[in-house]
Amino acid sequence: MADGNVVMARGMPAAVAPPQKGTLHRIARRRSTLAFLMTLPLLAVIGGLVAYPFFYALYLSMLNKRMTRFVGIDNFTFLLSRETFQAVIWQSVLFAVSAVIAKALIGFILAHVLHALPAKGQRKWRGMLLVPWVIPPAVSTLAWWWMFDPSYSAINWVLTTVGVPPVAWLGEPSWARFSVILVNVWYGAPFFMIMYLAALKSVPDQLYEAAAIDGATGWQKLRYVTVPMMKNIIAITVLFSLIVTFANFDIVRILTNGGPQDKTHIFGTYAFQVGIQSGDIPLGSAVSLFMFPILAVFAIFVLRDVTRRNKEMTG
Amino acid sequence: MSGASVTRGAVAPPTYYKVGSIKRERRWALIGAYAALAVFVVFFLTPPFYMLVTSLKSSGEIADLSGNPWIVSSPTLENYRELLTQGNYVTHFLNSVIVTLAVVAITMVISIFAAFALSRMRFWGSTMLATGVFLTYLVPETLLFIPLFQIIGGLGLYNNLLAMILIYPTLTVPFTTWIMIGYFASIPKELDEAALIDGANHFQMLWKIFIPVALPGILAAMIFAFTVSWAQFLYPMAFLVSSEQMVLTVGIVSDLIRGDTFQWGKIMAGALMAAAPPLLVYAFLMDYYIAGLTAGATKG
Amino acid sequence: MAQVSLRKIVKEYEGGVQAVKGIDLEIADHEFVVLVGPSGCGKSTTLRMIAGLEEITSGEIAIGGQVVNDIPPRDRDIAMVFQNYALYPHMSVYENMGFGLTLRKFPKDEIRRRVENAARILDIGNLLDRKPKALSGGQRQRVAMGRAIVRDPKVFLFDEPLSNLDAKLRVQMRTEIKKVHQTVKTTTVYVTHDQVEAMTLADRVVVMNQGIIEQVGAPQELYHHPATRFVAGFIGSPAMNFIPARLENGAGALRMHLPNDIVLPVPASRTQRYAPHAGREVLFGIRPEHLTEVRATDKPNIATFQATPEVVEPMGMETLVHFWMQGAEVCARLDPAVPVEPGRPLTMAADLDQMHLIDPVSGRVL
Repeated sequence: MADGNVVMARGMPAAVAPPQKGTLHRIARRRSTLAFLMTLPLLAVIGGLVAYPFFYALYLSMLNKRMTRFVGIDNFTFLLSRETFQAVIWQSVLFAVSAVIAKALIGFILAHVLHALPAKGQRKWRGMLLVPWVIPPAVSTLAWWWMFDPSYSAINWVLTTVGVPPVAWLGEPSWARFSVILVNVWYGAPFFMIMYLAALKSVPDQLYEAAAIDGATGWQKLRYVTVPMMKNIIAITVLFSLIVTFANFDIVRILTNGGPQDKTHIFGTYAFQVGIQSGDIPLGSAVSLFMFPILAVFAIFVLRDVTRRNKEMTG
Repeated sequence: MSGASVTRGAVAPPTYYKVGSIKRERRWALIGAYAALAVFVVFFLTPPFYMLVTSLKSSGEIADLSGNPWIVSSPTLENYRELLTQGNYVTHFLNSVIVTLAVVAITMVISIFAAFALSRMRFWGSTMLATGVFLTYLVPETLLFIPLFQIIGGLGLYNNLLAMILIYPTLTVPFTTWIMIGYFASIPKELDEAALIDGANHFQMLWKIFIPVALPGILAAMIFAFTVSWAQFLYPMAFLVSSEQMVLTVGIVSDLIRGDTFQWGKIMAGALMAAAPPLLVYAFLMDYYIAGLTAGATKG
Repeated sequence: MAQVSLRKIVKEYEGGVQAVKGIDLEIADHEFVVLVGPSGCGKSTTLRMIAGLEEITSGEIAIGGQVVNDIPPRDRDIAMVFQNYALYPHMSVYENMGFGLTLRKFPKDEIRRRVENAARILDIGNLLDRKPKALSGGQRQRVAMGRAIVRDPKVFLFDEPLSNLDAKLRVQMRTEIKKVHQTVKTTTVYVTHDQVEAMTLADRVVVMNQGIIEQVGAPQELYHHPATRFVAGFIGSPAMNFIPARLENGAGALRMHLPNDIVLPVPASRTQRYAPHAGREVLFGIRPEHLTEVRATDKPNIATFQATPEVVEPMGMETLVHFWMQGAEVCARLDPAVPVEPGRPLTMAADLDQMHLIDPVSGRVL
């Protein structure tokens, strides 16, 4: 009864089945050619202005100052033997780690406080709190520079008014280090806040309700619900911020330009001073390249977390 | 219902907290929250506020150490007037606008095409390229500015605005591509198939379906590209030397600081005007601005 | 002139997985054919190959006599309704429906005429300016159909169009689709996993399983004369009971030995058909509706036996009773007036004119 409806090879040659390579195949091939053409500008940007400069930097860093002779890893060993450069490594780590910790903490607190607000007021507060991130740091740092001014410091005016002795914000090494970190925290904490806030909003309310019914206190909710749910975003944001902070340039360059006595130099500003200002391109390249292994490690971790998060979100 | 209330009345629950304190607790928490917010809002908004205050002062008032620096006794717009009528400030502003507009346009064209291809047309190496895009986003500008300095010099673009237009996309394209891949990937596959059956070719599909549907994402990506280009400091610092070629971020400092004479009133006025475009974009398109910022976390 | 022919269609995915294993199907002009089967049976893949959204590994598809293997979807003159409707979110209902025509450069007034006509058929004339977001599920469904109708294609393809709707709306839209087909009479291929949908809509139902066609036939035919155990079990709800049995030739008559020492006679009309299989293990298949309480009836070939219900499900218009026979769960449909309770034995009547015997190895109905 079924067979009546199925036409069995009616007047068909026996070999109908050979796989046909026809128009559809050509369309598929044309499609991947088209896809390749569409990504070509992207490839050009990445290849020509990121990958090529990277290898070029490696090459440059192995030349002598006049760029006439190949010197191998001499630039790197020379840098490592210099006390100034050792200090730059230490200062960069200090700068990045302490700034990121402060940003992460402030961001976390602010995100929580904002999240607890009624939805109506939240927008307004959030709007004000993100302002430091919106102003270009090269511009906002000028205001800080002016507030730290040795003779006209408006902050010192406040300190003196309340009876605290004025501070040489940018003049004394430890205060100068504190200042650049402070400005970086000021600039970067809102970013953490906004990332955490987005993560907080993605935690379903039912989880908190279930936890409340299970008898969790506010602190326990934070510990057993919020933090585990946000773990990945926290990790991504911290790693990302470590990269950006570690490689910072604007703030230190404007505020102290590495001074006093090179005590606030970090990789970026030191590379600029050595490579561009003093004209020792190879040595400057070498300074920059010292960042690479550290950044690469961070980047691998970010990538791992991002892929994991993608999997969680799709699977 | 009544059964439940009877049980509740009969068996007193163990009280770990004072019954009836929920309301009070919540009120204190809210007061604490507002106090914390107030402290941080003051901390966060002090520099822009002080910028504004200083920009309204005459140089005489700035130099006067006897008064309270946080208030203006005789406000004046002289600093703004001078900036806009004398010197190169207007040129710097226009340069910033030119570079930013060009970079945003280039960035969007590159990243929309690339994201469309990467999210919809699987081809050899496409997943690797997507990962590569993300890694490129993590490359900071301080890593490669010295070889780029040499490359720009080699191309004869040293001290040329064009160099900025050429190089900035390395900072914007990876992230915007990444955002756009996320937005395009969230468009259901059936939409392409419906368009395919309706008779659209790939460009029509991109132009008539993908771009309109992903418009919020495109806006977020554009805002991101805009803020990055507008704020870039290191590249113009390294590659631009003459004042006519400079953009705002470097122009303010280079023109208004002569030796150790700081024209603070004008510097602050210039800084505030330089901060205005991103602040305005942020104020009017806050949701897209934030979507662009957090896209990395929520989409990738 | 739009018959659809599938000849020895094979779809093999990368890695050698065969989703469709060489099927033949001839769909006549104006016919409404439903492909039905469990998920993963290859029905959607088959539909997508007809649409041109999947490449055909081997075999041939012809639409209206023209082989379309190498023709891209846009030139196949087909329209498709998707499970999630796939309406363009940024376009109004009018633009959604007219998009295909716009791309084909139809004159504006022709587009308007067609869209308005389709809107009238589907009763969505008042929604034309809305965006999809502002529509309910049922309205979106209508728009998706409207988009197909305005194109006036050779073939309509439906890919599980009702599975995103709630039960009530599904029944309503089912009628709607049938009505539309009776109006426009376009050849239709419809994919669903829901056998009720298949039975109610189709001129002919194609039951697919694991990449092959199990049976093709009119709904009633599939119900009364399933060709395989799969079809017998798939069509009908609650599903047909399968009880292991042994066919014996005793005292000149064929008898079936069921578990619990139940012996049922084979009706005389079937003796000739089943005689060659005497002495073999078979599956005795009978639908729940043919397994009832004993009724005052003059119908011949009713056999009675004792069973002890274990689960009783009163449905209102009937009562479903479940009992077990040697590991096989058996369901019977009783008149709700019959007093039944779990654990109390009951006399059941089986209508043996409606029985099936199935070869447990090949799965063929004998």
